[in-house]
Amino acid sequence: MADKKRIDEATGTSTVGHEWDGIEELDTPMPRWWLWTFYASIVWAAGYVVLYPAWPMLNSATQGMLGWTSRGALDREMEAQAARRAPIISAIAATALTDLPANPELMQAAVQGGAAAFRVHCVQCHGAGGAGVKKLYPSLTDDDWLWGGDLASIEYTIAHGIRNPDHKATRTSQMPAFGRDGILDAAQIADVVSHVRVISGQEKPSAAAARGNTLFQANCAVCHGATGAGDRAVGAPKLTDAVWLYGGDRDSLTATIVQPRNGVMPRWAHRIDPVTVKMLATYVYSLGGGEKAAPQVANNEGQGANGQP
Amino acid sequence: MASPDDLTGENAPLYAARKGVYPKKVYGAFRRFKWAVMGITLAIYYGTPWIRWDRGPYAPDQAVLVDLANRRFYMFQIEIWPHEFYYVAGLLIMAGIGLFLVTSAVGRAWCGYACPQTVWTDLFQHVDRLVDGDRNAQMRLANGPWTLEKVSKRTVKYLIYLTIAFWTGGAWIMYFADAPTLTVNFWTGQAAPIAYGTVAVLTATTFVLGGFMREQVCIYMCPWPRIQTAMMDEKSLLVTYKEWRGEPRGSVKKAQAHPGAFGDCIDCNQCVAVCPTGIDIREGPQIGCITCALCIDACDDVMGQIGRPRGLIDYCTLDDAAVEKAGGIGKPVMKTLLRPRTLIYFCIWCAIGAAMLFSLGQRTRLDLAVQHERSPLYVQLSDGHIRNNYTLKLRNMETRPRRVAVTVDALAGAAVWTENGSRETATRRVEIALAPDSVTRVKLFVAAPGEGPARQDFTIATRGLDGDPRGDSDIIQFDRPEAGQ
Repeated sequence: MADKKRIDEATGTSTVGHEWDGIEELDTPMPRWWLWTFYASIVWAAGYVVLYPAWPMLNSATQGMLGWTSRGALDREMEAQAARRAPIISAIAATALTDLPANPELMQAAVQGGAAAFRVHCVQCHGAGGAGVKKLYPSLTDDDWLWGGDLASIEYTIAHGIRNPDHKATRTSQMPAFGRDGILDAAQIADVVSHVRVISGQEKPSAAAARGNTLFQANCAVCHGATGAGDRAVGAPKLTDAVWLYGGDRDSLTATIVQPRNGVMPRWAHRIDPVTVKMLATYVYSLGGGEKAAPQVANNEGQGANGQP
Repeated sequence: MASPDDLTGENAPLYAARKGVYPKKVYGAFRRFKWAVMGITLAIYYGTPWIRWDRGPYAPDQAVLVDLANRRFYMFQIEIWPHEFYYVAGLLIMAGIGLFLVTSAVGRAWCGYACPQTVWTDLFQHVDRLVDGDRNAQMRLANGPWTLEKVSKRTVKYLIYLTIAFWTGGAWIMYFADAPTLTVNFWTGQAAPIAYGTVAVLTATTFVLGGFMREQVCIYMCPWPRIQTAMMDEKSLLVTYKEWRGEPRGSVKKAQAHPGAFGDCIDCNQCVAVCPTGIDIREGPQIGCITCALCIDACDDVMGQIGRPRGLIDYCTLDDAAVEKAGGIGKPVMKTLLRPRTLIYFCIWCAIGAAMLFSLGQRTRLDLAVQHERSPLYVQLSDGHIRNNYTLKLRNMETRPRRVAVTVDALAGAAVWTENGSRETATRRVEIALAPDSVTRVKLFVAAPGEGPARQDFTIATRGLDGDPRGDSDIIQFDRPEAGQ
């Protein structure tokens, strides 16, 4: 194509010089505002490359003079957030756990902080909302507690866990494997199951249940109590109510007596800070089953095993 | 008549450089009316935020306040919450239909008198006259070299522009916060950054749109003139040059020399000189005409001086123009204004207004929203009962603290309590204290016997215990374990 640049008559603009079947293209200059914006962005980009990480190298990119990193930016955000929360956190730290409910604003903040921590540390077993998992992990929303449902008991359970063999202060107890270890034979276990189902109102009294009662008093009452009311000092569940962690039907009860689960919960005091443990306690307390009475909190001596409240 | 829109000519350039408009001072009825409208609209705009209105200790005392931070809109005794924003939508619809009404009756009266662009352009043109002098002096100065006089006059003029623009932007933010407090904070540097930003943006736009772009906004930027052409009909009032009376144009001397050969227009160009958008009305209706009617004043003045009847340029409908052209007499103005179309618009406008006022009078100021907690859906209690948890959102829209009762119905053996209560003392009813003008969230525990359907609807209701007993209720589900679980 020949170079035939010429001035277009109608517009007074130069053509680019190419021609296709009589069609020519105008060489309209860029609008000045566009050009200046373009130049300005080049200048800006030069500054950006110097100041910020920009140029890809073999292993990483150039660092930039400002030393900016997205990780650093996140850290700063998190620090700012922590600083923003600091007053309320220190207020919670300075208030005794049992005094929190009397201070609705602080209690609310603690419950919310606890809810956030719960979603990180606890939902894996206890489920979102603390509903638990049937036959595996206890519900934290009901009014039935193995180790106590007042604030101090809940905090102790979170801090020290349940059945942590490497931790002296942990809540612990062991239900014998009556079936597996041959303490009771199958017929005896069936009788005990009948008795437990009678005292929990699921079956009518029977001869088997009467035989089971004798066995119960000999083998079970030491922890579960003569009437099956349970004992929170050793985490022995109440057997007369409608809440069954591992199931209240015949098969489940038999399985439990043959080989109990003796559920384990990790302790958290050495993993998360005391204020978070405190906030978790208020959150669990607020789920609906929290017990107002906190008996004998002041005196830890001689409470159950290992001085637990 | 020439093309009503001379921008679409075959050889028209895509962009036409602005020709300066230097409207001449004019006196007359329409000018006085424009002064009055300008005074009223500016007074409303600048003054409204400073009107006080006592609402008691729990609400601001500013009569008109758009409280974005707290999501409330106050207008005298009406307080609107965000969920009632349809009232604002209703107001906007009324404003739209109002514009239809005005346009179909009197054409572009909005453009000519009340539009902020018109009002501020008018204001800035008065500033031009104050600093630079009238039309001829302005033109001389604009075309003259940059002498010391021109520099100083321009400096003074732009400073006045900036001052007006700044007050315009400054007045705007007063609608969004307590005006006296905000004024103090603004000048002591303690106002929110958004306040300074808003003032800066509005100062800039007022300065540019009112000081420099003026009629270009109406001709090139504003969609409303284009929409209006669809709203007008042959019975809408337009500023009309009665060319059947004016043409052919000729001076008074010529007319005296040749009686009967010339029309009433003496081609004195006063109608062009006073036009704030710089058009020639004698070319017929056109997009640049905002129907401010200043040319009517100018022409009437000239006609008076030379002893000819007024109204060579006048408000006239297209229908009347045809009638008058044929030698007849147009309809009286009231007949033009009151016709089915305008009356229908007016009725719709009134109906919407009445409906809104009615529903404003009927609305309850206590609102309940219930959310069923899903996780867990139900809780097995140790005595065999089942507990469901609900989150209540209680909206107290009155500006006073209230006590309300929350009750459950249609759920046999139910007991309710909140986090402050306990199941031991629970009944079918709880009392809750609500803070004024706020939403209170309450976790409500509802326990009922375990025997019953797996899913059951029941009612949670709330009502006021102090004064106004009206309340709200919600039907919500109660869940139990499926049989066999």
